[in-house]
Amino acid sequence: MMLRLLSLCFLTSILIVNAAAQQKKLDIPIAYLEIRQPLPPTLSNLDEIPEDVGLQGAELAIKDNNTTGKFLGQTYSLEPVVLEEGSAGLDEARKLLEASSVLLVNANASQLQDIAQLPEAENAILFNVASRDVSLRDDACLINVFHTIPSRAMLADAISQFAVKKRWADWVLIEGALEGDKAFAAAIEKSAKKFRINLSEKKEWVFDADMRRNAAQEVPLFTQDFPDHDVLIIADEANDFARYVLYNTWLPRPIAGSEGIVPSAWSASVEQHGAAQLQSRFEELAGRKMRSIDYAAWAAIRSIGEAVTRTQSDQTGQLRDYMLSDKFQLAGFKGRPLTFRNWNGQLRQPIPLTHPGAVVALAPLDGFLHQFNELDTLGIDQPESQCEKFGGAQ
Amino acid sequence: MRIVVALAAMLSASTALADEIWVSNEKDDTISVIDIETLEVTRTLEVGERPRGITFAQDHSVLYLCASDSDTVQVIDPDTGKILHELPSGEDPEQFVLHPNNKHLYIANEDDAITTVVDVESRKVIAQIDVGIEPEGMAVSPDGAISITTSETTNMAHWIDTNTNQIVANTLVDQRPRHAEFTLDGKELWVSAEIGGTISIFDVETQAEKGKISFEIQGVHRDRVQPVGFEMTKDGKYVFVALGPSNHIAVVDQKTYEVLDYILVGRRVWHMAFDRDETKLFTTNGVSGDVTVIDVEKLEPIKTIKVGRFPWGAAFRPTNG
Repeated sequence: MMLRLLSLCFLTSILIVNAAAQQKKLDIPIAYLEIRQPLPPTLSNLDEIPEDVGLQGAELAIKDNNTTGKFLGQTYSLEPVVLEEGSAGLDEARKLLEASSVLLVNANASQLQDIAQLPEAENAILFNVASRDVSLRDDACLINVFHTIPSRAMLADAISQFAVKKRWADWVLIEGALEGDKAFAAAIEKSAKKFRINLSEKKEWVFDADMRRNAAQEVPLFTQDFPDHDVLIIADEANDFARYVLYNTWLPRPIAGSEGIVPSAWSASVEQHGAAQLQSRFEELAGRKMRSIDYAAWAAIRSIGEAVTRTQSDQTGQLRDYMLSDKFQLAGFKGRPLTFRNWNGQLRQPIPLTHPGAVVALAPLDGFLHQFNELDTLGIDQPESQCEKFGGAQ
Repeated sequence: MRIVVALAAMLSASTALADEIWVSNEKDDTISVIDIETLEVTRTLEVGERPRGITFAQDHSVLYLCASDSDTVQVIDPDTGKILHELPSGEDPEQFVLHPNNKHLYIANEDDAITTVVDVESRKVIAQIDVGIEPEGMAVSPDGAISITTSETTNMAHWIDTNTNQIVANTLVDQRPRHAEFTLDGKELWVSAEIGGTISIFDVETQAEKGKISFEIQGVHRDRVQPVGFEMTKDGKYVFVALGPSNHIAVVDQKTYEVLDYILVGRRVWHMAFDRDETKLFTTNGVSGDVTVIDVEKLEPIKTIKVGRFPWGAAFRPTNG
């Protein structure tokens, strides 16, 4: 009897504490703006690109935040707007920013730039969840834009680290004709220099034949005059031709980049570090595998969720400061805490190097050391950063 | 494990057979049984898919095992190794804890954000409690009044009143909480946070955080020092903390929270179990697929025992009683 009474008192005290902790109710509306990008025609029809890439990642993060939020009196909601190709999205962005001070943007670099410079966006927190453009994190960075998708520089550095580890010190490169391919190739060339890899030759992909029939004849010829190399890198972001190069090269060499060993924010073959749980939660919601832009959208909203939970605030100034502080950590299913670079707003994150069946390696690889954070061996590090506007915590 | 040891001590000490450590091998669908005398694997049992949480009934008459991908808790006869029956567990049971009443299993359903309470006698689910995302760490207070579920993505410890099976408090911890334990006196709750790299210590009466432990291993980046499973010695002296991919066990002073030592073990150390008198500690090393045996007095590793792929949990079984 005595015991029971004691435990009753004890429970009452818990209830009181709990009620106090739940007093501050917060509603956090989060906006999502997507501008569809024209898809370049590709030779293969095998990979259909789902229409809801990004949005489903955002939806999952809202669900995740609400599960946590229900214990703390916090409610998160998503206001998604998806626009057709060619829209500027400025009016829609203005409208979304009236109701929400957090906006995820799934658009290209110049569209994002225009949206971020709207007067309505001045005190908002924007997340770039799609553009891998390097200059957005560098000379063209903006004060109000965080990036949860890795830059091409981070992706290229992941390949370089793996190649150095494997002693694949001689590279050749094939680049596609599209703007993104050129940008990826440029990032690869820069990274090769950074890691002292010898990139001996670059060729542009020029064929317009249908590779489903002709790969076996054309690719060996195309790759025959490359000097000997350890690995062939392909920059072909839409995977237009790269898939046909694999296993058809003149020399038997591994391929990395847009085919073969592929660096990304997220891939269906990531399963370690609890990732299997995120994969299955996502698949249950979306009915398909999680992609990099889904992951970036998920990470953006989870970051806001963490900041709100820990600060008990919905003020963007406070949330920004918290996200850029040493206290912020996001458990992103990649084996290390994810944090933001306070010089350009980029989410630090390990980069999985994968093929469709498995993770080959997770960059940063062992042995690539850094004074402060090994994750900063990927992409633009503080000393080389040309970003002046982001300006760290306020 | 405390209960196990306490009960084991009550058993008579005739020595027909050696005591055992049972290890669940997550990616082999087996259990490896280690003989504590010879420090060798004497039996390998086939069990359900993706076995993780592993614990004995208080009298050690049966073993409970979370067969995560079979969506069930298997009840196993430890003498024969046969599966006697299965308990409803909710989907994807990962980890569980047996209430001191020896009747109720509190099970974390990782994929469903639910804690399921199962009566092992009636074999029925008696409650399901909504908790945070990816529940994992499970503990119950020594007096049985409070059960804890920690949720990995919500980053909370949920305090559940075991009379009503309702959540009565939620406390935030650092990123990716993995394991929870009450001290033997029931006054403190310890929760490890894998990605946060810390152990938070709560005063049970007020649920206020009263301490936090960080770890630092020379030559290992702090992001790789990830506390997961831990066990407390019943003499109140030590807490042994598995530090995941840093491949070390930390030795923490249970009273002062000071980290006393780090012991090198196998790769990605996960959980652990003591022997009968807590002179030896057996750690499961997921990536290297082995178990490190630690001499508790000397705080030194003495042997590595090869087990199945990705050993996850460990439980002590006294057999000479």
